[in-house]
Amino acid sequence: MQITVNGNLIELDVEPDMPLLWALRDEIGVTGTKYGCGVAYCGACTVLVDDKPVRSCVMPISAVEGKTITTIEGWNHSDTMARVQAAWVAHQVPQCGYCQPGQIMAAVGLLLETNDPTDAEIDAAITNVCRCGTYTRIRAAIHAAAKGA
Amino acid sequence: MAPAISRRGFIVGGTLVGGGLVLGFALRPWSNLPAARALVTANGGTLLTTWVKITPDNLVTVIVPHSEMGQGVHTALPMMLAEELDADWSLVRMEQAPADPAFANGGLARGYLRGDASIPALLAGPSDFAFRKIAEFMNLQITGGSLSVRATGVDGMRRTGAAARWMLIQAAAAEWGVPAVEITAEKSQLAHAPSGRSATYGELATHAADFDPPGELPLKPREAYTIVGTSKPRFDIPEKVVGQARYGVDVLLDGMLYAAVRSCPVFGGSPASFDTVAVANRRGVKKVVAIPGGVAVVADNWWRAKQAVDALEITWQEGDGAQHSSESIYAGMEQALDAGKLEQDYGFGDADQALRGAVQVVERSYRVPYLAHATMEPMSCTAYLKDGELQIWGGFQDGLGARSFAAKSAGLAFENVTLHHTAMGGGFGRRGSTLNFLEQAIAIAKQVDAPVNMLWSREEDMTHDNYRQASVARMKAGLDANGRAIAWLQEFTEKHDPEDATWIAYGIADRAARYVNGTDPIPFGPWRSVDNSHHGFFIESFVDELAYAAKRDPYEYRRELLANAPRHRLVLDAAASMSGWGTPLPKGRGRGISLKESFGTIVAQVAEVSIGDDGQARVERVFCAADPGEVVHPDGFTAQIEGGIIYGLTAALYGEITIENGRVVEKNFGDYPMVRLADAPKIEVRILPSGARTGGAGEPGTPPTVAALANAVFAATGVRIRSLPLRRHDLRAPVEAEERKLG
Repeated sequence: MQITVNGNLIELDVEPDMPLLWALRDEIGVTGTKYGCGVAYCGACTVLVDDKPVRSCVMPISAVEGKTITTIEGWNHSDTMARVQAAWVAHQVPQCGYCQPGQIMAAVGLLLETNDPTDAEIDAAITNVCRCGTYTRIRAAIHAAAKGA
Repeated sequence: MAPAISRRGFIVGGTLVGGGLVLGFALRPWSNLPAARALVTANGGTLLTTWVKITPDNLVTVIVPHSEMGQGVHTALPMMLAEELDADWSLVRMEQAPADPAFANGGLARGYLRGDASIPALLAGPSDFAFRKIAEFMNLQITGGSLSVRATGVDGMRRTGAAARWMLIQAAAAEWGVPAVEITAEKSQLAHAPSGRSATYGELATHAADFDPPGELPLKPREAYTIVGTSKPRFDIPEKVVGQARYGVDVLLDGMLYAAVRSCPVFGGSPASFDTVAVANRRGVKKVVAIPGGVAVVADNWWRAKQAVDALEITWQEGDGAQHSSESIYAGMEQALDAGKLEQDYGFGDADQALRGAVQVVERSYRVPYLAHATMEPMSCTAYLKDGELQIWGGFQDGLGARSFAAKSAGLAFENVTLHHTAMGGGFGRRGSTLNFLEQAIAIAKQVDAPVNMLWSREEDMTHDNYRQASVARMKAGLDANGRAIAWLQEFTEKHDPEDATWIAYGIADRAARYVNGTDPIPFGPWRSVDNSHHGFFIESFVDELAYAAKRDPYEYRRELLANAPRHRLVLDAAASMSGWGTPLPKGRGRGISLKESFGTIVAQVAEVSIGDDGQARVERVFCAADPGEVVHPDGFTAQIEGGIIYGLTAALYGEITIENGRVVEKNFGDYPMVRLADAPKIEVRILPSGARTGGAGEPGTPPTVAALANAVFAATGVRIRSLPLRRHDLRAPVEAEERKLG
């Protein structure tokens, strides 16, 4: 089966129920996307599938066959992603940083859908867990990225 | 109060191959430094020493002996050194020290204790727990106790930077034949104005190594700081936003395999037997092995390993642990307190006598449950044992301690173990001294002829943590005719550390705390702020109750008890003022105040809550004032306090690990929920640096939070929270009018 990861066409020979997360990490070797809970709660595994944020730890690879996957390493994906990453640096968001690839991909997904999200829209879209407690900064960085900063 | 430091004992210099200066802060430099040199030469072709090197390209590289877990220490410590060195910040780099004794931060403490050096005046005195903690951490590379900046930074980085600067100036004076006093050092440049000569630090670094710095060098006055006290962008952030930071889980080696484990659900249990037939022929599965307390499946992909380990039929030997439940543990704690055989924690005056003389005695009991660390990266470790050499890759708060543990666990000499540091997906105390996961990774390595990357599932992580202890506290206070507290007695179960976690700043002359240990059968581990996490709740909830018993405003009541604690009172005042304390709030909202000093930093918080239709508290805003003495990196400090508050809120609202039949009931975030962005309050932090000795940042934000929230709930509803978490309480429940009236 084939998927496209960060612009590269990848041929995979794996079980159809293998979650996308483990195909990315252990088969393809793209490790920026993290495991946190395995049950779609924490969002550390968030990637974009055809530009929509999904929790890859529960997404069977068979469900994304032929689709376009963007991970945190997909630096040339879009201006939106570049703006989000720049805002994350400007606001010094990460602490341990482990959840941040998922946070960033969720934020990119939100901004691709909604140019200038309200606080309520951010609340609804960013359900990822950050145990270091960087939420205040995540919110500020999303607003800044939306405004082009 | 210049510290007396024996001269050659602390600073040692040397030259680098290829030119340049290395400078270390060490007690046994004559034995330590060559070891350090050899180690890093093998690693990168360049020599390093304990703290800093200056190379001919004019780069200053600071070697940091602590682990970065997002607390910013890899930036803050170099800032402290660069400040005294007058380095150009854009030319400063950071490297993490290898896990080798030459880089241990305990050198300081060893020296003090053996009399190799006088104790600096600022570390002396019975109340300075920083010093005692250093002593405890002898020969360890501990990143904990909020100590990195407080100990390594203040006592090591600053003095080393000042010494390097002095040596560079001597070198310039000698080369140019001019008096040293006429030479200026600024932004990594030396200059002699009268002759117009100048040179970079890098150009003079090799020559500088010829000079032996004096033992006592003046440190910069605070007014002269240009680096410390600013918020330099953290070194570790850029790679974290592009997915390039490498955590323990991300280790990728040639021929590497993956392991998933299942441990006996009962603490102390082990597998009696397991049947591998069901999984042996599964795709990718390479081996099934017994490990301490459980079974591991090794496969070519972690998901395949996990599927297989879940499918294993395992018969457990549960052992005696199966008899325990949270209720039986709490009951045991109550019995132990009833039995009255308590040990003294602290005592001033005569609390019992003063209680007998009080006009009113208030008694309350509180309890807190077990808590898991729940780092975002579950426990992970890669290990490879080949030809008697063990290599370990992972994130550890104490690299040396982990290396030493690994050597014992593998039955190898310390020298035959190499530890490669990775980034840490959260620490909070979990990746320090409690290394059950490392033991399992090594057991796997012993049985597999390939490097194996072991990752615990979230379920394994949550059910085999080393937990913040459950604890029961009985508080008793005596009030005089004016309602002022004149006697204070705290009795509680399970004391770990830090020693001053129960201390109060309130001016109550007759006060004591007593405890009983041995009531807790569940594995303990230090959890962000350790004992402060629950003593903040016990003490500050109880003071709040005293205020209401005295029919006083809780802020004013505390304030009066702080007449002789001006730093604490300033911090309390600031938090109250930030919150608009005393101004009306919409119906159904309430404010709660709390004050707790921990790790040398005084923190006051006001939480503002509302109660939802579901009977649950929602935290709207948290106002926090903090006096860390001196702040090195204000934005980093603020980030740590913000994070500490969120960590405390998660514990207060949701945090509960329950024991049933010796097992942890909660398995994943579904039943051990986390505060998320939508639940996170607005947080305002104000830093009030008093100029006192530098306090911690990573932990002190957490201890006041739970009580601030619980006190706010009382103000809003009249429901007094005496057990956690809050989600176990229905805040719509009717309460007695009398008590409610006091809110």
